[in-house]
Amino acid sequence: MEFDTITAISTPLGEGAIAIVRISGDEAIEIADRIFKGPGRKGLLEVNSHTIHYGHLIQPKTGEIIEEVMVSVMKGPKTFTREDVVEINCHGGIVSVNRVLQLILSQGARLAEPGEFTKRAFLNGRIDLSQAEAVMDLIRAKTDKAMNVALGQMEGRLSKLIQNLRQEILQTLAQVEVNIDYPEYDDVEEMTHRLFLEKGSYVKTEIEKLLHTAQQGKILRDGLATVIIGRPNVGKSSLLNSLVHENKAIVTDIPGTTRDVIEEYVNVRGVPLKLVDTAGIRETEDIVERIGVERSRAVLKEADLILLVLNYSDDFTAEDEKLFQAVEGMDVIVIINKTDLPQKIDLAKVKENSTSHKVVSTSLLEDKGVDELEKAIASLFFEGSLETGDLTYVSNARHIALLGQALQSISDAVEAIEMGTPIDLVQIDFTKAWELLGEIIGESVQDNLINQLFSQFCLGK
Amino acid sequence: MQYEAGSYDVIVIGAGHAGSEAGLAAARVGAKTMMITINLDMVAFMPCNPSVGGPAKGIVVREIDALGGEMGKNIDKTHIQMRMLNTAKGPAVRALRAQADKFLYQQEMKKTIEDQENLTLIQGMVEELIVENDVCTGVITKTGAVYRAKTVVITTGTYLRGEIILGELKYSSGPNNQQPSIRLSEHLEQLGFDLVRFKTGTPPRVNSSSIDYSKTEIQPGDEVPRAFSYETTKFITDQLPCWLTYTNEGTHQLIDDNLHRSPMYSGMIKGTGPRYCPSIEDKVVRFNDKPRHQIFLEPEGRNTKEVYVQGLSTSLPEDVQVKILQTIPGLEKAEMMRAGYAIEYDAIVPTQLWPTLETKKIKNLYTAGQINGTSGYEEAAGQGLMAGINAGLNAIGKEELILSRSDAYIGVLIDDLVTKGTNEPYRLLTSRAEYRLLLRHDNADLRLTEIGFNIGMIKEERYNRFLLKKEAVEMEKGRLKSNFIKPTKEVQEVITASGGSELKDGIRASDLLKRPEMDYSHIQRLAPSDVELSGEVTEQVEIQIKYEGYIEKSLQQVDRLKKMENKKIPENIDYDAISGLATEARQKLKLVHPLSVAQASRISGVNPADVSILLVYLEQGKIARVSQ
Ligand SMILES: Cc1cc2nc3c(=O)[nH]c(=O)nc-3n(C[C@H](O)[C@H](O)[C@H](O)COP(=O)(O)OP(=O)(O)OC[C@H]3O[C@@H](n4cnc5c(N)ncnc54)[C@H](O)[C@@H]3O)c2cc1C
Ligand SMILES: Nc1nc2c(ncn2[C@@H]2O[C@H](COP(=O)(O)OP(=O)(O)OP(=O)(O)O)[C@@H](O)[C@H]2O)c(=O)[nH]1
Ligand SMILES: [Mg+2]
Repeated sequence: MEFDTITAISTPLGEGAIAIVRISGDEAIEIADRIFKGPGRKGLLEVNSHTIHYGHLIQPKTGEIIEEVMVSVMKGPKTFTREDVVEINCHGGIVSVNRVLQLILSQGARLAEPGEFTKRAFLNGRIDLSQAEAVMDLIRAKTDKAMNVALGQMEGRLSKLIQNLRQEILQTLAQVEVNIDYPEYDDVEEMTHRLFLEKGSYVKTEIEKLLHTAQQGKILRDGLATVIIGRPNVGKSSLLNSLVHENKAIVTDIPGTTRDVIEEYVNVRGVPLKLVDTAGIRETEDIVERIGVERSRAVLKEADLILLVLNYSDDFTAEDEKLFQAVEGMDVIVIINKTDLPQKIDLAKVKENSTSHKVVSTSLLEDKGVDELEKAIASLFFEGSLETGDLTYVSNARHIALLGQALQSISDAVEAIEMGTPIDLVQIDFTKAWELLGEIIGESVQDNLINQLFSQFCLGK
Repeated sequence: MQYEAGSYDVIVIGAGHAGSEAGLAAARVGAKTMMITINLDMVAFMPCNPSVGGPAKGIVVREIDALGGEMGKNIDKTHIQMRMLNTAKGPAVRALRAQADKFLYQQEMKKTIEDQENLTLIQGMVEELIVENDVCTGVITKTGAVYRAKTVVITTGTYLRGEIILGELKYSSGPNNQQPSIRLSEHLEQLGFDLVRFKTGTPPRVNSSSIDYSKTEIQPGDEVPRAFSYETTKFITDQLPCWLTYTNEGTHQLIDDNLHRSPMYSGMIKGTGPRYCPSIEDKVVRFNDKPRHQIFLEPEGRNTKEVYVQGLSTSLPEDVQVKILQTIPGLEKAEMMRAGYAIEYDAIVPTQLWPTLETKKIKNLYTAGQINGTSGYEEAAGQGLMAGINAGLNAIGKEELILSRSDAYIGVLIDDLVTKGTNEPYRLLTSRAEYRLLLRHDNADLRLTEIGFNIGMIKEERYNRFLLKKEAVEMEKGRLKSNFIKPTKEVQEVITASGGSELKDGIRASDLLKRPEMDYSHIQRLAPSDVELSGEVTEQVEIQIKYEGYIEKSLQQVDRLKKMENKKIPENIDYDAISGLATEARQKLKLVHPLSVAQASRISGVNPADVSILLVYLEQGKIARVSQ
């Protein structure tokens, strides 16, 4: 929807000291007021515009203190978006920023779409004509990336769980719809309150479970999906170890040592990375290795950043060239490793293939060039050319927010059933939960319900 | 030889359910109107089931009535039984269904049309439209008559290049062996319209005297008198029952054995049939684990022995149909009077229409009913009404009327058609409406009477009556909200007797009414009103108060929808000039030409990002205009 209240983290992610979470829209101040407790008696609704306040964010239901914050309250139209805006300054850590965001989302704000603050600023007449094109491009670009992220998640476990759950809800919905649209059909079991309650409670527990795992941090910890690729034995696992500053991956001089995908979470100069070491991609007869190679290719699809490792002391091979092709169009840093050994690689060829990539030389054995590599990663991120990073993260926060809302809807439905509310009204909240879950995995259309209706039941004259 | 035969404001081609409403509506808004149809004995004919209404559809009939249309009044006068459906469910999905005396229904509608001021009804087959510079200015018939008009409405139903299929037999025909309309279909194609081929079917009819009803279950009408129209005052009391029986293993075996003779499976039928009206052979194949299917026996009228066998729609050969009937309890000795059949026909791809139902290609030409890809009498009538209203208003130089999705099921229906198109005959279902709770059977008058009055469809007398009702509802709601009920002994007794828990404190009458076990009659006892209130009023009060929370939620959604609906897209927008639109979205937008951003956002293939980009673009245009 276009005119509701939106929120997002408006500072780059990472371990920066302070982060700002911004809320904009009609309900911005009201929402902030509900979760803010200052030392004084005045609530945020009563304070003057363009003032800043020290206090704590609390969970309104329990009174539990969540964060120590500074909150600026700015009433429209003298704000960036010309709407009421609240900015919450909190500790910059990924976990705490996220908690703040969750809290705001739970109060009914919606997570902003990519570029949405800018879009609002524009729509409310804040930005001039010349910037319009840029806004449109921004929306397009960010959305496409977001779509990729969503697609990546589609294949994941979360989305399987959600799909199953949605199917469950859909069948229930279809049954209710049939009762409504075909009341004379006695061979369709009447969806009674008892039955509905059973389904509702089941769905509710399932969503609660999902939400719980999500909040546990499993998903939260996700940083920029960074995948290390390269031919066997070029030093991929060594690279992972040096970025993690620990020996996590097994390093040997036998090509094909790493058989599967290894994941590690690291923080490189404030940039959260989910580092993935892959099996060297090459044609192979060894079954175990081949499975590893397949997985590597799959991991590639979901990557936000690629670290492509080459061997300085070996020829630039056709396989290297294939790797470059595989990552075309992605954000790539090329690492020429083993510079302590005599050069065999044709640097001209490397250059030719890396016109749009940064190239860094390293000797991981001698711990040289790692610093430069870390700088390269950080600057890519902070210069903003790596938008996907916060999108991956954001889309996780988005999931949690949507799950939370879905839980609310399903709880409303269950409560209504218990009150004896007519089933077609309960259906409203049930449907809402189904739509919200659909948004997580990027599908939500009513037509599905109608399809379900006619495939599940035998109807007609 | 052609000759000039007359000149009108509006010409309506066809007098089926769409045509009848269109003709009457155009005349009622004040346009001089002519209806022309192939066979005058077939006005408002029901080629399939003798029934009107049902979930969603019944609400459409109420809406037609609230807008001054005829279907509701006509069925009120000619039904053989009527029932309120879904009474055990919430108010949003209640709906009336009537079994029609299909012959009386036709006669009555024909009479109403003949009596209507401003309206001429004649017999004739239209073969061509007169189109000058992409504007339609009249029609030409097979006999050479040339009729001129400011606007033309086509409502030709299943007649366009109709073909009946019955077993191995296939022949060119309209429904029920009427003359098909072949030239007109070709002409539409020549004019550049995209046509699709759809299919539908009907079951056999049997002689009532040959049915053994003792083997079936009786299905009577409601005892309470019911009516669709807000104007009906005379109620039919002598109702006829319908009957219920079932197919069985024997039926299914027989169908299985004869599948090779079914045109559905031999590939003879090419048109797309509706999923919600599958033939019995379809049902047996697709749901082969079901041991039985319901069969309803519905009388076709009071002065006929023909009985419609609901549930047995089929295009199997005639001899197989007879045998199938004989496997069914009660029908063992049934005499089949007419065989079931399937019919294939041309329909217009409805995305070629504006939401007014005017075609985009040719100005002043409207289409309505089954020709637009729908199926069902009520769907046809609802569109006919709107096309008739708009063709009429347009002809007399007034502003046209578009109902939104939050106004009426008719709005949902037309918006779905022109925005999304359809790849099977379209039927209304309650689940197609996102504001189902607002589009109720009981409040059709509150939603639409005002609109009907403003365009001249509703007479002053009825409008005044409506205003009184509205006022009474508001007054009573206000009273209940301020009336405080104390927890006296009497009060507690009434509450516990109805299964509720005792009051701890005093409570507003309106809050008490919100309790699930309470209804208006309780409140009336505990806090009686001093004015006499009609059942219609108290029903409204009860529903509006009881479901206030849900209604509020829906209204908020509608508010947001309205904001987007107010963002109009200019007709001359150049989608190619908008950078950043995804290719699919661009194509769809060019095809559909949505009138508002809200409509654009409902097109499948237009994503939220595209909508945002569109918004930004429109805003940019505004700035550009201001700064010029
Ligand atoms: C066999 C069959 C089975 C059906 N089954 C179902 C069903 O199961 N469920 C359901 O909901 N609906 C069903 N229907 C559809 C339902 O009958 C229609 O939806 C409804 O009647 C359509 O109304 P209409 O006004 O659009 O067209 P019709 O009622 O078909 O009226 C068309 C009118 O146009 C006139 N006409 C046509 N061509 C010309 C011309 N060239 N010049 C002048 N007049 C012309 C005809 O004479 C007729 O008066 C079925 C229809 C048929 C034929
Ligand atoms: N001389 C030299 N050797 C290195 C360097 N980096 C890694 N090696 C060695 O190269 C060998 C392979 O390193 P790994 O990190 O296991 O390589 P990999 O790419 O993960 O290999 P697979 O998992 O087998 O595909 C090991 O013996 C490392 O010690 C370097 O900079 N210089
Ligand atoms: Mg390795």
